[in-house]
Amino acid sequence: MIQRAFFILTLIFFQGLIAIGQTDTTDLLSILGDDDPIIYSTATFKSTRVINGQSIDNVAGGVMDFRVSHRFGTFNTGIHKLFGLDLASMRLGFEYGVTDRVMIGIGRSNVNEEVDAFTKIKLLRQVETGPKHMPISLSYFGSTVMRGTAWADPSRDNFFTSRLYFCNQLLIARKMNDQLSLQISPTHIHRNLVETSAIAHDVLAIGYGGRYKLTRRLAVNAEYFSLITKNIGAQVNNSLSLGVDLETGGHVFQLHLTNSSSMNEKGFISETTGNWNKGDIQFGFNISRVFTIKQPKGFEE
Amino acid sequence: MKNLLFLSLFFMTTSIFAQKYATRTGFLGFFSKTNMEDIKANNNNVSYVIDWATGDIQVSALQTNFKFEKALMEEHYNENYVESSKFPKATFKGKIQNVGSVNIKKDGVYKTKITGNLDIHGVSKSYTTEATFKVSGGKVIAETKFNVKCSDHNIKIEANLKNNISESMEVTAKAELTEFKK
Repeated sequence: MIQRAFFILTLIFFQGLIAIGQTDTTDLLSILGDDDPIIYSTATFKSTRVINGQSIDNVAGGVMDFRVSHRFGTFNTGIHKLFGLDLASMRLGFEYGVTDRVMIGIGRSNVNEEVDAFTKIKLLRQVETGPKHMPISLSYFGSTVMRGTAWADPSRDNFFTSRLYFCNQLLIARKMNDQLSLQISPTHIHRNLVETSAIAHDVLAIGYGGRYKLTRRLAVNAEYFSLITKNIGAQVNNSLSLGVDLETGGHVFQLHLTNSSSMNEKGFISETTGNWNKGDIQFGFNISRVFTIKQPKGFEE
Repeated sequence: MKNLLFLSLFFMTTSIFAQKYATRTGFLGFFSKTNMEDIKANNNNVSYVIDWATGDIQVSALQTNFKFEKALMEEHYNENYVESSKFPKATFKGKIQNVGSVNIKKDGVYKTKITGNLDIHGVSKSYTTEATFKVSGGKVIAETKFNVKCSDHNIKIEANLKNNISESMEVTAKAELTEFKK
């Protein structure tokens, strides 16, 4: 009898052990053996533009971004031009995310009757947390601009290619923290036709951009393009812009002060003639409105 | 005495052959309804594990896997509300209270209650919900619905968006689980 009782007690004891083994399920999910997920940095900037220049961000796949951009005249035009508000250069753009990493766009500017077409491709994505490490995001941006104005000298042989300008740009960005993002953009611009043979066809520049998020919906931005190539034309200055981003649902409003009146890369990087010190400061805005053309993948139940 | 021994052995075997059911492609969605706007988010890559021997049930969803009707909603969700870079996962760890009433060997629909902790945005809160388990042909379809208040998980909705985003989200969980084999 005692033996039996002892036997049963032993059994119960072992059962207890097994039970302990099973209730120790603090992480039952670990049996699936899933790795820690990779979380990429998103929304490094609020918009696809820092101010004039491209930011590291693309529109999402399947999303169309309709952009209206204005730059008024310079403040130093005085009361006769209502401090520049009577004058305006503008660009209308339709931009589309082919995938989350590739976007294309087309735009029309009234300055020089220009049409621009571009593509922006995300090559590397900054990793926020996860088993992979990547401290920066890297994108390639390439654009072609066609100038539409009448030929300066119709009497000579003029070629269509003389209307074309090209821009190649690398965008290197890092979201330092939730508020601060920084970007460096080495840029190459090629002009097929320049005014005189003394002026360079190829222009090198480096762009610096940053944003600081004040609230969920409000950020301040700064942007500077520093020209490396010297002999690029009379009175060409570096482009400097300061602005704020205001986000409301599907709209982003970017309001800024800048010395550039063009809104495509070859324009504001290699043709800025305004000088901040002389009061050639223009007020401008970009309005971005996004439309979902294709529903995101994985939304279906 | 013999009966007791037999009974004891019986329980022992059942616990040795404890069965774990799992899936990596379960569904978790939430729905916000206001007069202004309906917002829906779906995640079809949610992990569910159930241990029928103990009644433990655990669920894990990657926040960045929630898909919305608009990409911008997804960006705002991750960036402004759940802060996915700091809190990448939403998890639930709980127990099926009357797990004994579910016979996974016998087809049928079993109603149960589940109690456990839901961790969203780094804030854990206890929930109890009624759940059904539909057993058919070796598969189990688990399903439940319950409401989650944003403020309970320290998710702040701006005053001017209270008309667009509901304070209370209707959460739907549905998953087809199969026996887990290593």
